[in-house]
Amino acid sequence: MSDQIEDAINREYEAGFVSNIESETFAPGLDEDVVRRISAIKGEPEWMLQWRLKAFRVWQKMEEPDWAHLNYPKIDYQSISYYSAPKSMADKPKSLDEVDPELLATYEKLGIPLHEQEMLAGVAVDAVFDSVSVVTTFREKLEEAGVIFCPISEAVHKYPDLVKQYLGKVVPQHDNYFAALNCAVFTDGSFVYIPKGTRCPMELSTYFRINEQNTGQFERTLIVADEGSHVSYLEGCTAPQRDENQLHAAVVELVALDDAEIKYSTVQNWYPGDENGKGGIYNFVTKRGICHTNAKISWTQVETGSAITWKYPSCILKGDNSVGEFYSVALTRGAQQADTGTKMIHLGKNTKSTIISKGISAGRSNNSYRGLVQMHSTAGKARNFTQCDSLLIGDKCGAHTFPYVESSNASAIVEHEATTSKVSDDQMFLCQQRGLDPEKAVSMIVNGFCKEVFKELPMEFAVEAGKLLEISLEGSVG
Amino acid sequence: MLEIKNLQASVEDKEILKGLNLEIKPGEVHAIMGPNGAGKSTLGYVLSGREGYEVTDGSATLGNDDLLDMEAEERARAGLFLAFQYPVEIPGVSNLEFMKAAVDAHMEARGEELMSSAEFLKAAKLACKQVNLPLEFLKRGVNEGFSGGEKKRNEIMQMLLLKPSLCILDESDSGLDIDALKVVAEGVNSQRDPKRSFIVVTHYQRLLDYIKPDYVHVLSDGKIVKSGDASLAKELEAEGYAWLEGYDVEEADA
Ligand SMILES: Nc1ncnc2c1ncn2[C@@H]1O[C@H](COP(=O)(O)OP(=O)(O)O)[C@@H](O)[C@H]1O
Ligand SMILES: [Mg+2]
Repeated sequence: MSDQIEDAINREYEAGFVSNIESETFAPGLDEDVVRRISAIKGEPEWMLQWRLKAFRVWQKMEEPDWAHLNYPKIDYQSISYYSAPKSMADKPKSLDEVDPELLATYEKLGIPLHEQEMLAGVAVDAVFDSVSVVTTFREKLEEAGVIFCPISEAVHKYPDLVKQYLGKVVPQHDNYFAALNCAVFTDGSFVYIPKGTRCPMELSTYFRINEQNTGQFERTLIVADEGSHVSYLEGCTAPQRDENQLHAAVVELVALDDAEIKYSTVQNWYPGDENGKGGIYNFVTKRGICHTNAKISWTQVETGSAITWKYPSCILKGDNSVGEFYSVALTRGAQQADTGTKMIHLGKNTKSTIISKGISAGRSNNSYRGLVQMHSTAGKARNFTQCDSLLIGDKCGAHTFPYVESSNASAIVEHEATTSKVSDDQMFLCQQRGLDPEKAVSMIVNGFCKEVFKELPMEFAVEAGKLLEISLEGSVG
Repeated sequence: MLEIKNLQASVEDKEILKGLNLEIKPGEVHAIMGPNGAGKSTLGYVLSGREGYEVTDGSATLGNDDLLDMEAEERARAGLFLAFQYPVEIPGVSNLEFMKAAVDAHMEARGEELMSSAEFLKAAKLACKQVNLPLEFLKRGVNEGFSGGEKKRNEIMQMLLLKPSLCILDESDSGLDIDALKVVAEGVNSQRDPKRSFIVVTHYQRLLDYIKPDYVHVLSDGKIVKSGDASLAKELEAEGYAWLEGYDVEEADA
C-alpha cells in the first residue's frame, strides 16, 4: 500500500512549458555596472539608483546564511543573469491590444486570462514576466476608489514620495543576504496603496512567471494600507521545467497603519525540479509586515513548488492590540526541501498572533517549520498560539520543527502544539473500500489535513489551491 | 451472488485462510461466528482486496466478477461493502464530502449522472437520521473523535448511501449498547432485499435476534467447520467453541 501512496504523489509539473519569446537579457554576472544598467533601463531617478548601490555594497560584505535545514550546492552569483525582458515590452505597450499575443497566450495557458472580460470577476491582476510587468488589469476601476495598483517600477516614477517613505522600512537593506541582493537588483513587482478608510473593491493579485533560462527573478512588492483601510492580495508563481537551478529572491513589505487590515495570500508553484533533484527554483524570500495600532496582517501561504524554499513571512506587531496571523501549507515531494515558517515580533500591548503550519512531506523530501515568537518587555498581555502539524507520506521523507520562543514579559502567553501523523494504510484502504482510487484518496486525506489553512484563502483561490494539491499529488498507480 | 471456493490466503507469509468454501445467494443473510483469530476479519479483507493479504489458492466471484482479479476500489464499485471492525479516522475530511466522493465514484463507474450537491445532502440527511446520528455528524471529519458506537453507526450510514449488493459487517455490534445495536440492526433490516446479501460477522446471539440469519457458519482456523440455521448461533452461545476439535480456548482468548 505504501507503494501506492508513493505512486500517487508522483506527477508531472503542468506549468513547465517554455514560451518562445524574444528577450533582451543581460549577460550573466553581477557588479556595480549591472546595478546601474538595471536602474538605467528602468529610467529610474538618481535617488533610486543610489539606494540600489548602497544595498549592493552592503550585500558584498555579507555572507550567505547557512543555518537553515537545507542542503544545496553553493550558488554562483556571477553565473546568473540579472535582467531579462521580452523585447516587445521595450516600447511599453499602452493597452492590452499592444501586448505581444505570445505573452498573453502564456498567461492564458497558465489559467490566468488577462482580458478583463474573461477574468475572474472581482480580481485585478498584475502579470510579471521575468523582469517586467506585462499588464495590470482593472486599473481604472481601482483608481475610482483611489486605490493604486501598479508595477513598482512605475510607482517609482509616479508616486516617488510614497515609495521613498516606505521602501526598505519594514525589511531594511541589510536585513539579510538575499534581501540586500534584492534591494540592489530588483526588477519589478507590484505596488499597492489603499487610501484611508477604503475597502479595496476587489481582490488584487500578482502573477509571477519566470521564462528565461539562467535568469534570476528579484521581485519586490510593497503594500501600504492607510488608516482604517482593507485589502486582500494574492500572488501566484510558476516557471518552466529546466535542468538548471534558478534563483528567485523576492522581498515583500507590508505596512498596515492604524486600524488597517492586509490579507496576503500566496500560492507558490515554482518548478520543483525532477524527482532526482535536478533543476528547480531556489526560492529565497523575505516577507514582512508591520502592524500599527489595532491593525491586522494575515499571511496565508500554500507552497507546493520550488526545489528549495527559504521563507518566513513575519509580522512586527508594533501597535497596541494589533494582530498577526500566519497560515501555511508546505508540501514537499521528490527531492524538494522547504525551510519555512514565520516570526511574530510582539512589541505592543495586547498584541495577538496565531500560527497554523501544516507541513506535508513525501518522497525523499525534507520539510521544516521554523518559527520565532518574540514577546518584548513592552508587550503586556500579548498572546501567541502556535500549532504545527506534520503529515508524512511514505517513510523516506523528513519533517522537522524548530520553534523558538523569546519572552521578556511575564504577562505574555505563548502556547505551542505540535503533531506528526502519517497517511496510513488503514485510511487509504477505507477510501478505496468506498470506491475512491488511490490518487483521490491521498489528495482527499491531504486536503483534509490542510483544511484549517485553506479556509483562510479567498474563496476563488481556495478552490485553486485544493486543485493544485490534487494535481501535485496526482500520478500513475503501479 | 457470492461464491467462494477453496480460498487460501496468507498475511506476511502466515497462512490464515486455509481452504474456505461459502456460497451466498441473492437476498440471503449469513452469519459468521468463531473464536478470535479464526480469520473472520481476514476473510472480509481478502474479499475486499486489501493490500498485504495474499491469495495463494482458490477463487471468489461476485455475480460475474472475478473479485480476486480486481483492485479494491473496483470491487467496492462492483457492489461490495465492508463495514469495518475498527473504523479509521480521516481528520479534516467531512463525512459529507467523503460520502459524496464515494457515491460519485460508484455512480460514475455505473455511467450514471452524478447527484447534485443538494440532492446528495438530502439523501445524506435521511441516512443520518436513519442511524440516529445528529445531523452535525455530516459536517464532522470522518470518524474524527467519534465514540466506538458512533463509528459503527457511521459505517451503516455509508452502507445506506452506497446501496451495495454484498454487505460484509465485521463485528458491527461489538461495543454497542442495546439501543445502538437496535439502530444497526434496523439499518441492516431496512436494506434487506431479494437482491442484496449480507455477511454478518458477530460474536453475539443478541444481534441475530434482530437480524435473522438464513445460515450460521462457524469459522475456525481459517475454515468453515460447521454450518447450520439460526439455531446454531443459540447453541454456540450456550456451549461456546470448546467442542471444536483440538481447539484451545485459553489461547484463543488471549
Ligand atoms: N496484518 C497482519 N499481520 C500479521 N498477522 C495478521 C494480520 N492480520 C491478521 N493477522 C493474524 O491472522 C489471524 C486472523 O486474524 P483475524 O482475521 O483478524 O481474526 P478474527 O477477525 O477472526 O478475530 C490472527 O492470528 C491474526 O493475528
Ligand atoms: Mg476480527
